[in-house]
Amino acid sequence: MTAVQPVTDATASVIVPPAQRRRRGTRPRWWLYVVLTLGVIAMIMPFVWMILGSFKTTTEIRQYPTEFLPRDATLDNYTELFGRLDFATYFTNSVVVAVAVTLGNIVFSSMVGYALAKLDFAGKKLLFGLVLVTLMVPGVVTFVPLFVLTANLGLVNTYPGLILPFLITPLGVFLMRQFMLSLPDDIIEAARIDGASEWRIFLRVIMPLCGPAVATLTILTFLGSWNNFLWPLVVATTEDKYTLPVALALYSVGQNAAEYGLMMAGAVVVIVPVLIVFVLLQRFFVQGIALTGIK
Amino acid sequence: MTTATAAAATAAPLAPAPKRRRARGRQRTTLAAWGFAAPFVILFLVFLAGPIVASFFMSFTDMTTRDLRSPLNVEVVGFANYIALFQDPRFLHSLVNTGVFVIIGVPLTMALALLIALGLDKGITKFRTVFRVGYYAPVVTSIVAIAIVWRFILQPDGLLNAFLAVFGISGPNWLQSTTWALPSLILMAVWRNIGTLMVIFLAGLQGVPREQHEAAMVDGANVFQRFGHVTMPALRPTILFAAVITGIGFLQFFEEPFVMTQGGPLDATLSAAMYTYDQFGFGNYAFASAASYVLFLAIVVLSLIQFRFLGRKD
Repeated sequence: MTAVQPVTDATASVIVPPAQRRRRGTRPRWWLYVVLTLGVIAMIMPFVWMILGSFKTTTEIRQYPTEFLPRDATLDNYTELFGRLDFATYFTNSVVVAVAVTLGNIVFSSMVGYALAKLDFAGKKLLFGLVLVTLMVPGVVTFVPLFVLTANLGLVNTYPGLILPFLITPLGVFLMRQFMLSLPDDIIEAARIDGASEWRIFLRVIMPLCGPAVATLTILTFLGSWNNFLWPLVVATTEDKYTLPVALALYSVGQNAAEYGLMMAGAVVVIVPVLIVFVLLQRFFVQGIALTGIK
Repeated sequence: MTTATAAAATAAPLAPAPKRRRARGRQRTTLAAWGFAAPFVILFLVFLAGPIVASFFMSFTDMTTRDLRSPLNVEVVGFANYIALFQDPRFLHSLVNTGVFVIIGVPLTMALALLIALGLDKGITKFRTVFRVGYYAPVVTSIVAIAIVWRFILQPDGLLNAFLAVFGISGPNWLQSTTWALPSLILMAVWRNIGTLMVIFLAGLQGVPREQHEAAMVDGANVFQRFGHVTMPALRPTILFAAVITGIGFLQFFEEPFVMTQGGPLDATLSAAMYTYDQFGFGNYAFASAASYVLFLAIVVLSLIQFRFLGRKD
């Protein structure tokens, strides 16, 4: 850094070869790697411990001092979880609800997003304003009337009761609109001149270009629904409608709370599927967060 | 619009055709646009906007479980619920707990996330993805499942105390101590929220003008001066955004106490959202609505304060 310092960027490209330039400023700093690696270990330690714990017996988890690796790894926790506690049903419920919620969000957010981004219509500003305002209202505010409504519609303890309130999200609309704004108007004009209807333009021209936005929306809503807890806790009143987090939360209080190994295995079943999805799609995901966050 | 077209038609007899076509075109797109918006609008009114408004009106009534099937028969009680709320020491206590959680949790999460983002942005060239995934992983996981794992970590003979024992510290019974229960939940929330903010800060750092950074370096500015005079000003909108969404999230603090402490011990971790849920569980619907609107108001006020202090332009 003390050597020849280029005065401006223009001269820099003349004086310093490109490769050398790139290295300057991003010189690997070993201490940063050490600190950040320690940080990452601290961050993922609970997961590691959870996965290891799910293969331990309850007695082994309880013993003190704590041993890190399971002494004799066992699958008993998992067989009991899917046998006696019927986690297969809860798993199915979670999948059904999350898939329905995700599909609903993709379809409805794309449609209204197209209208808000690319069509000119009376009431557009009002509609978008309402979406933005509701974006800031915390879930707890709608909770009580939503329950009264669901009860009056006779939807307590049904799939529609679990799904309907989440078929749309202001965030989904916001995301799709922002993305569609970035698509050029020319292609729409061209399609219109060719005599295509608005529906045809939406389905054949716009949607095929929305891959990244749809991917982001899919991940966000699927994970959101999979991890949703408060609403299913209230609406699912019998075991056959429990979703995974509800089942896990209800089993982890009271007498079952002592069954550590079982609880750990339950946590693994709830977390690991989404962790795998996340690791596979993390590129889109991180982009998506940045996309929804910064605009 | 029709009169304007008519006026244009009389003023310039040769020009009206395209204008009228555009007017009709606009009508047609309005129809088509509402066709696209209709499914969303219906669901939005029924399941989001409707309940938000209903909650507001419910908070001025005496609605309880017995009115569940006939919500229109309730009586209006004015501000009685709000007055009763602020006379309930448990509610005031829950507000204090939520306040402590926000005041300690939000800045701590933001500072750590910013440090990590700065480290990843400038100093790391290899394994960037591994670092990103590692720091982000807690965000995507179910809070219920993770709360169960943390409950074990925070036990008197759990992982955290085993770790502290290495340094000769004998840790407390975290979740059963009125002193340590809330800090334990803050620690957990910080752990869980770092990832979101890290990603937001990383995106924000990409917008920091590189030339200014290099120019400052040439002028001999040290790393702190460069951070204060180049990075910070460019990052200000990002920091404001991060503060607002983290504030909103932390004010709704619910799942952690629900699964880990049930609000205990002795209400030491009772949050405002948890109090609302309790009242709902007792069947005091109107009272719960009032509590949720107090929380909503707190969120609006906090966001305004953040805009006031972080949003100003230098």
